[in-house]
Amino acid sequence: MLAQNEPIIRLKGVSKFFGAACAVDNVSLDVMRGEFFALVGPSGCGKTTLLRMLAGFETPDTGNLFIDGRDMTGVRANRRPVNLVFQSYAIFPHMSVAENVGYGLKIAGLARDEIMARTAEVLRLVKLTGQEKKHPGQLSGGQRQRVALARALVMRPAVLLLDEPLSALDARLREAMQLELVHLQKTVGITFLIVTHDQSEALSMADRIAVMDQGAICQVASPGELYEAPNCRFVADFIGKINLFEGAAAMHGKDRIRINSAILGEVELTGAARGAVTLAVRPEKIRISCEPQTLLDIIQVRGRVSDIAYYGGYSSVFIDIGAAQPLMADIMNAEQNGMRNVTPGDNVYCSWRAADTLLLTG
Amino acid sequence: MNIIKKIFMKSPSRPLDYHRRWPLRTILICTLIFLYAPIFTLIAFSFNDSKRNIVWHGFTLKYYEKAFANAELMLAFGNSLAIALFSTLISIVLGSLAAYTLWRFRFPGKAAYEGVMVLPVVVPEICMGVAMMAFIARTGWPQDVPWPLNLGAITIAHIAFCFPFAAIVIRARLQSFNRELAESAHDLGAGEFQVFRDIILPHMRPGIIAGGLLAFTLSLDDFVITFFTSGPNSVTFPVKIYSMMRFSVTPEVNAASTVLIIFTIALTAIALRLQYRSQMTEQVK
Repeated sequence: MLAQNEPIIRLKGVSKFFGAACAVDNVSLDVMRGEFFALVGPSGCGKTTLLRMLAGFETPDTGNLFIDGRDMTGVRANRRPVNLVFQSYAIFPHMSVAENVGYGLKIAGLARDEIMARTAEVLRLVKLTGQEKKHPGQLSGGQRQRVALARALVMRPAVLLLDEPLSALDARLREAMQLELVHLQKTVGITFLIVTHDQSEALSMADRIAVMDQGAICQVASPGELYEAPNCRFVADFIGKINLFEGAAAMHGKDRIRINSAILGEVELTGAARGAVTLAVRPEKIRISCEPQTLLDIIQVRGRVSDIAYYGGYSSVFIDIGAAQPLMADIMNAEQNGMRNVTPGDNVYCSWRAADTLLLTG
Repeated sequence: MNIIKKIFMKSPSRPLDYHRRWPLRTILICTLIFLYAPIFTLIAFSFNDSKRNIVWHGFTLKYYEKAFANAELMLAFGNSLAIALFSTLISIVLGSLAAYTLWRFRFPGKAAYEGVMVLPVVVPEICMGVAMMAFIARTGWPQDVPWPLNLGAITIAHIAFCFPFAAIVIRARLQSFNRELAESAHDLGAGEFQVFRDIILPHMRPGIIAGGLLAFTLSLDDFVITFFTSGPNSVTFPVKIYSMMRFSVTPEVNAASTVLIIFTIALTAIALRLQYRSQMTEQVK
């Protein structure tokens, strides 16, 4: 089906300035129909401004945005086929749950019976059946979040925009709601565009993620690709945990390069690069051993354990290897490999496969 | 035994128990006496069975009967209520519009407008009164029109000094409005007017009620401005009491004043209650 592959949101060269500050810098982006799409970035990166432009609360200074094929220039927020779930939920305090959810339908001029039916249906979907008569003051944070969700979903928008929807919930509830949002999105089939500063939230929920920094999009990719193959140092550092090493690269043969790093010494990798590069390795790829490993094609560095952070299922071991930052290595506590007994002060060898090393030039 | 202990063996006063140290205690008691003794005396003597307000002779309600039978006094009371009602209604409409405009929009001269609007609050009442008298003498207001149109001049003067109070109270209430609520309604399809009617107005309501009650009590017991603007056919309750007092302070005046006090206290109590209730819902939020 051709329509299925059409982008439901298309941004073309969108910029937004607040005074002299550039909040969104020439962003072009496509979001596909039915996708669960996440915009992540540190606070102040412009992701919320982008979302508010889509909702119609800000107008782009340059560029165009299209929703469902229609140019949204000059279309006011109340005429756009999108709905926004606010970070503060913005639930109307003087209305009951059912009145809150039915408000948009009432404005649209629907008949009472239909409003009731659709409200009941969407409340069942977000598991709030039986709470219709309650007032927002009587609801818990999680329930209020569901009301905000139901109030937007009941409008059957082309895209549901969510602005940090889970940030006000406690950690346990947040995890449960992450899963629930994903299920909900698959059930209703509406495109979700979520804005979050929490990269792990984006990784666990989204089909595709756009990482933003200083108003620009750095990389758009699936969670796995973003984690395993970040295209620049910012993305590598922002998504998940990582160890970074500076180095200078020179070509060595046809598709091999040799990198000189102050910490790692001379390292040979497959790839192509020249000049200043950054080598990166995820903490879970690193093996810790008491004796040096003698395998081929590994990178090995010697150090002293400085700290161990115990997280239950795994522990993060921090190893002083003479760099400004200690090397971070994750070890699974399920493995009975004898290395469970590392203690601060131990001298250890850290090694990882050369192929697991990420070569970052940006 | 416990009570005796409490009375005779006082526990030492703690750092913040200022009211238990004698200098402050004296000041507090004096303040309360000077504030409330005249009012309670006035109320008590309205039940005094004597023509003069000096010695207590016995309990009676006859001065209340007399006051209620006094046609002129009752007309003045009716005038006062009518003026208060009309000026309150118009004040809250004007006050709401002014407050909303100042909160919602940015326009040139906004600061100046805000300053000028609250001028009647700070200008001495006597000046307002003289100014109003001069204004109405110049423009004229027909005196021989049927009730309540003959109260027009006073009502206009009352609106002029009541509406800034209403505007200030409503403006303060709007300050606590979460603008995301309006955006959210807008996002759900509501236009500018629907957002105002469905979301902003319900939030303003406690402020409108409180501001309205404030305007009502201000108008009801205003003397100075009314004195300068009232004609012979438009005497209000406070002005009437004043003219009665010029002959003698009879318990009838006390009775009439007590009615006014009770009226004002009841309205203030309602205003405080509404304010308190809206604060409570805010806290739940």
